[in-house]
Amino acid sequence: MYQYDVIDHEFLADRAAQFRDQVARRLTGDITEDQFKPLRLMNGLYLQLHAYMLRVAVPYGSLNPTQMRAFAHIARTWDKGYGHFTTRQNIQFNWVKLGDAPDILDHLASVDLHAIQTSGNCIRNVTSDPYAGATAQEVDDPRVWSEVIRQWSTLHPEFSFLPRKFKIAVTAAETDRTAARAHDIGLRVLRNAEGALGFEVMVGGGQGRTPYLAPTIKPFLPAARLISYLEAVLRVYNRHGRRDNIYKARIKILVASLGAEEFARQVEEEWGKIGEGADLPDTELARIRGSFVKVPFETVAPRSEVFEAEQTSDRSFARFVRNNVKAHKQPGYAIVEISLKAPGATPGDASAEQMEAVADLAERYGLSDIRVTHEQNLVLPHVKLDDVPAVHRGLQSVGLATSNISLISDIIACPGLDYCALANARAIPVAQSIQDRFADPDRAEDVGELKIKISGCINACGHHHVGHIGVLGVDKKGEEFYQLSLGGSGAEDASLAAILGPALPADKVADAVDKLVETYLSMRTDGERFLDTFRRAGMAPFKEAVYADAH
Amino acid sequence: MPTLIKRTGEGFTAAEDIFTDVADEDAIPNGPVILSMARFQAEGDALVTAGRSVGVRIQPDEAVEDLAYDLPRLALVGAVFPKFRDGRAFTTATLLRERLGYQGEVRAMGEVMRDQALFMVRCGFDSFAPVDGATPSDWAKAAGLFRHVYQRAADHRPPAFEERG
Ligand code: HEM
Ligand code: SF4
Repeated sequence: MYQYDVIDHEFLADRAAQFRDQVARRLTGDITEDQFKPLRLMNGLYLQLHAYMLRVAVPYGSLNPTQMRAFAHIARTWDKGYGHFTTRQNIQFNWVKLGDAPDILDHLASVDLHAIQTSGNCIRNVTSDPYAGATAQEVDDPRVWSEVIRQWSTLHPEFSFLPRKFKIAVTAAETDRTAARAHDIGLRVLRNAEGALGFEVMVGGGQGRTPYLAPTIKPFLPAARLISYLEAVLRVYNRHGRRDNIYKARIKILVASLGAEEFARQVEEEWGKIGEGADLPDTELARIRGSFVKVPFETVAPRSEVFEAEQTSDRSFARFVRNNVKAHKQPGYAIVEISLKAPGATPGDASAEQMEAVADLAERYGLSDIRVTHEQNLVLPHVKLDDVPAVHRGLQSVGLATSNISLISDIIACPGLDYCALANARAIPVAQSIQDRFADPDRAEDVGELKIKISGCINACGHHHVGHIGVLGVDKKGEEFYQLSLGGSGAEDASLAAILGPALPADKVADAVDKLVETYLSMRTDGERFLDTFRRAGMAPFKEAVYADAH
Repeated sequence: MPTLIKRTGEGFTAAEDIFTDVADEDAIPNGPVILSMARFQAEGDALVTAGRSVGVRIQPDEAVEDLAYDLPRLALVGAVFPKFRDGRAFTTATLLRERLGYQGEVRAMGEVMRDQALFMVRCGFDSFAPVDGATPSDWAKAAGLFRHVYQRAADHRPPAFEERG
C-alpha cells in the first residue's frame, strides 16, 4: 500500500479540523443549511430518509487491516453495527448524527482515512482495479496512477465546484474490473508500439437517467503528460459544462452535444496552451511509485498439496475455489474474493464482526492487504495457496464464505426505498427474491456468469444500465414496478442494456429472471455466457419467454 | 459599503472599496468604476482615455480571453460567483494570472464566502467582497487552514511534491 508521510497526515488532520469548525457553525446557526450543504457534501455527509449518511473514501479500493478495524469501530460506536460497501469502492454509514461526524472524521484521520470529495460537484474518489498488484494481466500498477490523481485532485482549487460530480477510473488490465467506460474519465494504462507507457483516455461516460459509454478521445497519452491533460479536460468541462439543469450537467452531456471529435479538439487546444509545466516531475512520479511498499511474497511452489487435498475432501471448499479464488501473478499465491452477497443479506453490507474477521485474516494470511470491488465485494489480493483453506474456514465462521462471485446471486443493488430519499421502489428485497430463487448453488454455477444490477430509480446507482440483466424500479400510480433490461456490460466489452418490455410488479421479477435464465440455458452453445447468448440471439426469444402469458 | 478584504503579501487586511460597481442600466458615476464586459467594450475606451480608473466584471459565461488586450489598462478585474457553487470564476482567475499574466487586482464578487477562501487565494484572487460577514482574520484563518497543498496553482505556493523534493 501507499504509505502516507507527514505531509499527508498533517493534511488530513487539517481537513478534520476544518470540518469540525463548519459543523459547529451550522449547529449554532451561523450558516444556513443551504450554505452548509456544499460543505458537508464535500465531506461525504448526505441527508437521507432517516438520518445523515456518511460516505468514507477508500482510495482506489485499497485498505489495510487497521483501517478495516476502524470501520468496524465506527459501525459499532456511531452507527448500528454495520457498514455498506458501495459500487464506488467506498463505505457508507447510514445512521450518523451530525454532531458525531467530526469525531468520526478524527478517528478516520488517525488511520489515514477521510471522506474528502466522496460527494459534491468535485473530482470524486478515484476507483481502480481491485486485483491491482496481484493479477498477471496488468501492464503497470494502476494504483500508482490512481494515487497521482488522488493527490492532484484533492482540494483542487480550480475544480472543486464543477457543474456536477466527476468520477475517474483507472485500469491497467485486459479484463476491466472498473467499468472504465461508465466514468466521466476512464483511463486504461497501456504500452504503445514503441513500448512507451501511456493511457487510453475515455471521456464522457456515465449512468443516471441518460447513460453513455465514454468514447475514446485520445488513444495514447504519454504517461508523464497525465496531469496536464486531465487539467485540460477539466477546464473545458468547468467552463462549458451546463449549469442550468442538473440532469444535463455531467460531462457526458457536453461530450455528446459537441461530439467526441469536437470535444477532443477543444481539449487538445487547451492542452497545448497548458504545456508541460503543469505535469508532475518525474522525480515525484518515482517517489509515489516507491511509496507503495513492495509486497513481501515468499518463494513457494506453484502447486499446493494442502490446497488440492482440501478441495477433494471438502466440497464446499471446492465450490469456493471454483468461484471465488482467482489466478495470481506470483506462483503459489491466489486472489481470494469475499462475497458480501450471502443469501438474504443486503448486498454490500458487512457487520463490525465481519469487518474485524476480514482484517484478522488479511493480517494473518493476506500480507495485510484488502480491496473493495465496484461489485460490492471484498478481496484479499495476496493469499498463499497453502493458506486458502484456513481463510475459507475463517470466512465461514462469520458468514462470509458465500461462493457466488459473478454468479446470478452476486447482485448489485442500490439502497433503494429502504434508505434513499429519491427512490421509486425498493431494490434490496428484489435482490433477495432473486437470490432466493437461485439459492441452489449447483444451479447457479450451471448458469454461470450472470450480472444482475438493480437500481431503485432512474439515477442508476445500482448500475442497471450495464447489467447483463438490469432491473430498474419505477413508480406506477404509487405502486412499485420493475423494468427489466438485457445485454448491458460494464467490463471491457462495455454496452448499455436494452429494455425488455413493460415493467413488472415486484412479485413477478424473480419469475421473469427465471424465464430469462431458462431461455438462455435452452439456447446456449458451449462456453457461452448469458450475455453472449443474448448478443447472438437478440431480444426476441427472451421477450417471448417473459411476456408469453400476456398474449 | 461592503467590507472588502485584500491580500497583502501573506496577510489579509480590511480595505475601503473605492470602486462603484455599476449596473448596466445605471449612469456611470464619478470616481473609479467597475463595468460589465459589454459596457466596457462600448464605453470603456473613452473613460480610460479620460484617465478614469476602470475595472471590468466578468460573468462566468464570458471568456476572459476577450479582455486580453485591455488588461494593461484595467484597474481591476472582478470575477463573479452568481452562486456559491458556480465554480467558473476559479478558471477565470487562474487564466488571468497564469495565461494572461495579469498583475492587477482580481476581485471575487457575488456569493463569496470564507469556505472558498483557500480556493480563491490559490486561483489568484487578491481581493474579496464576502457576503457572510467574514473579517480579514476569518479570511486569513480560512485561507491558511491547510499546512500543505497538493497541486500547483496561481498562488505559486509550493505543493507537497516540492516540499518533499
Ligand atoms: C442512498 C442515497 C443515495 C442517493 C440520494 C444517491 C443519489 C444519486 C443521484 C441523484 C445520482 C445521479 C447523478 C447524476 O446522474 O448526475 C446518483 C448516481 C450514482 N450513484 Fe447514487 N445515491 C445514493 C446512494 C448510492 C450508493 C449507496 C451507491 C453505491 C452503491 C451509489 C452509487 C452511484 C453511482 C455509481 C451513480 C452513477 C454515477 C454515474 O452516473 O456515472 N449511490 N446517485
Ligand atoms: S438509484 Fe435512485 S433509489 Fe437507488 S440509491 Fe440512487 S437515487 Fe436512491
